[in-house]
Amino acid sequence: MIGLLAEVPYWGQSLLRVLGGLVAVLLPAGTIVYIFLFKMMSFMQSRLGPMEAGPYGSMQLFAEVGKWLQKEDIVPDRADARIFKMAPIIVLVSTFLLVVVVPFGPDAFFTNFETGVFYALAVSSVSVLGILIAGWSSANKYSLLGGLRAAGQLIAYELPMVLAVMGVVIQAGTMNLQKIVVAQNSGSMFGIDVVGHPYVVSQFVGFIIFMIAIQAELTQAPFDMPIAESELVSGYMTEYSGFRFLIFFIGEFATAGVFAMIASVLFLGGWGVPFTWFGWTSIDDIANWMNFVGPLIMFTKMMLLVFIIMWIRFSYPRLREDQLQRFAWKGLIPVALANIMVTSILKVVF
Amino acid sequence: MAKVPGLIKGLGVTLGTLFTTATKGSNTVQYPHEKETPPIRSRGVIALHQDNCTSCMLCSRSCPDWCIYIEAHKELAPPRREGGKPRQVNLLDRFDIDYALCMYCGICVEVCPFDALFWSPEYEYSEPNISDLLHDKTKLSEWMETVPEAPELESGADKKKK
Repeated sequence: MIGLLAEVPYWGQSLLRVLGGLVAVLLPAGTIVYIFLFKMMSFMQSRLGPMEAGPYGSMQLFAEVGKWLQKEDIVPDRADARIFKMAPIIVLVSTFLLVVVVPFGPDAFFTNFETGVFYALAVSSVSVLGILIAGWSSANKYSLLGGLRAAGQLIAYELPMVLAVMGVVIQAGTMNLQKIVVAQNSGSMFGIDVVGHPYVVSQFVGFIIFMIAIQAELTQAPFDMPIAESELVSGYMTEYSGFRFLIFFIGEFATAGVFAMIASVLFLGGWGVPFTWFGWTSIDDIANWMNFVGPLIMFTKMMLLVFIIMWIRFSYPRLREDQLQRFAWKGLIPVALANIMVTSILKVVF
Repeated sequence: MAKVPGLIKGLGVTLGTLFTTATKGSNTVQYPHEKETPPIRSRGVIALHQDNCTSCMLCSRSCPDWCIYIEAHKELAPPRREGGKPRQVNLLDRFDIDYALCMYCGICVEVCPFDALFWSPEYEYSEPNISDLLHDKTKLSEWMETVPEAPELESGADKKKK
């Protein structure tokens, strides 16, 4: 956006960035809910899903949003009202903060700064705070259990996620997400540069660990113990109704979209196509039309990754709480550490 | 790691169902637009054949939910044979089934000794007002039209004793 909006005054740029952020968060969230939650899940269960609102039920989401907005905003008597009302907003804000570093094209980005990966991992854990205070301020034992489970889970899976990303950072030699994209698309594998060098190939272990970790970070099944509707009555969301519940709901799927975008940037080459296809050598050669095609490529890759996340969500039953913790601390983290070690050795050798 | 083949197989099941639904259609029907015919012995609604009812109260007493209300009075009917004593018959004043209470156990149909109650597979009688679910004897008799013919007895089965 820097390049595209050079002549626009600062206030205009800020406004356009806010609008762009809303689109980049809410559009994927809506698409994910309709295509995956409404349709794919139904088809996997041999039913059709919503069919009445709009053609093939495509307007169902608007009906749901309208329904939620009409509902009463209930705050329990014993709840800590101010914090209770704040919690869902904190969760959603962390998603909006996350999308800021995602590059969508050579010039189409919100910010482009050197420690992008570090920033993304840092703000993604802000949502833990929102969930924890939602659980605690509800004055409900189910909510508290759900909130504590969420905190334990999100902290446990933050580690393998960070460690998995470390492999990519070592290989790319930069923490700037834009430069990671360029490094993947201008690289070559064993001298063959037809498909560039997406890190999903050389960092396959890291990719698997990252996908498992974001499955848990998003509290999607089989890692949905914090929500666990059959035992904890939806955990930290028990006491929420109306538009606050809606914000939690949007937050869940918007975060799924944004995490999938970050995963596609880190492992699938983000917005780019292999530069050799069009004879580009560096980021300055890239034609301007990539600013419009790039977001579409990004969107496709995001949908592919969200498909995998949702596919696993709809297929597997919930793990037990202790199995979840053991899997993170005894399984993923050692493997991730080994992955970092091997990556750094190979990086030094070659 | 021993569980990995099973996990992959599970993913295959859901993906397979996805494609079957997309190509061959779903197992469900879009209810108000298309309807399935319920099986002939479905427990949809209970119909009353008034002429057979003697208001013996057996159904009402055996109902676990107490959802059958019967009121009747006695009347004298002409004798069967010339010069006989006039007969005493029970005439129904009220026969109501409250479908808001009914749990469709069918004990009343089983217990009726005079074949006055029948199951009908009709199921579309929901009401916006719960009190309208109380069906009186006129409405219960109308359901008789929807009662299917009794199926043929199996060969060798005992004929019903008259």
